[in-house]
Amino acid sequence: MALTKADMAQRLFEEVGLNKREAKDFVDAFYDVMREALEQGDGVKLSGFGNFDLREKNERPGRNPKTGEEIPISARRVVTFRPGLKLKARVEANAGSGQ
Amino acid sequence: MTKSELIELLSERQRHLGPSDVEMAVKTILEQMSETLASNERIEVRGFGSFSLHYRPPRTGRNPKTGAAVELPGKYVPHFKPGKELRERVNNAAGVTTKG
Repeated sequence: MALTKADMAQRLFEEVGLNKREAKDFVDAFYDVMREALEQGDGVKLSGFGNFDLREKNERPGRNPKTGEEIPISARRVVTFRPGLKLKARVEANAGSGQ
Repeated sequence: MTKSELIELLSERQRHLGPSDVEMAVKTILEQMSETLASNERIEVRGFGSFSLHYRPPRTGRNPKTGAAVELPGKYVPHFKPGKELRERVNNAAGVTTKG
């Protein structure tokens, strides 16, 4: 089962002592604030976890995979995530051993 | 925006919480997210995006100093896929705002 905002709120309730309402509002605000920064063109750097960067992509040729028809993919701004060293090391040490 | 700026902004919005609670809550969320990925589970946040692990197969690398071949084992790396709302909001705002 994937980790969801409800699981994060539950943990804030158990470990930080926020009440259920505060915990739910906090998790919502956490992602809202990050989304607003990215929307304003500001990357987000969370040391130990990773960085959310913005990249400008130029227009490039694309194809409708069903019809084979050529359609240009327009220029766009996208969010990319670069995991931090600490997160990468933890994932490498643990993941995979379980499957 | 850095982690401490995120903590400041959240403190302004969650005025009923003290700054140390806000800091602890941010660290708790990030720790839980890291633990989840380290145990090869997904994270799904609607409107923001999902995190999962991608497998990188074993390959032969080279020591850039000596040129010697090194066998690198397969590994998992964290991957983020932005959600629809984040993707659209970031792209629609592009051209309107630029900072950093």
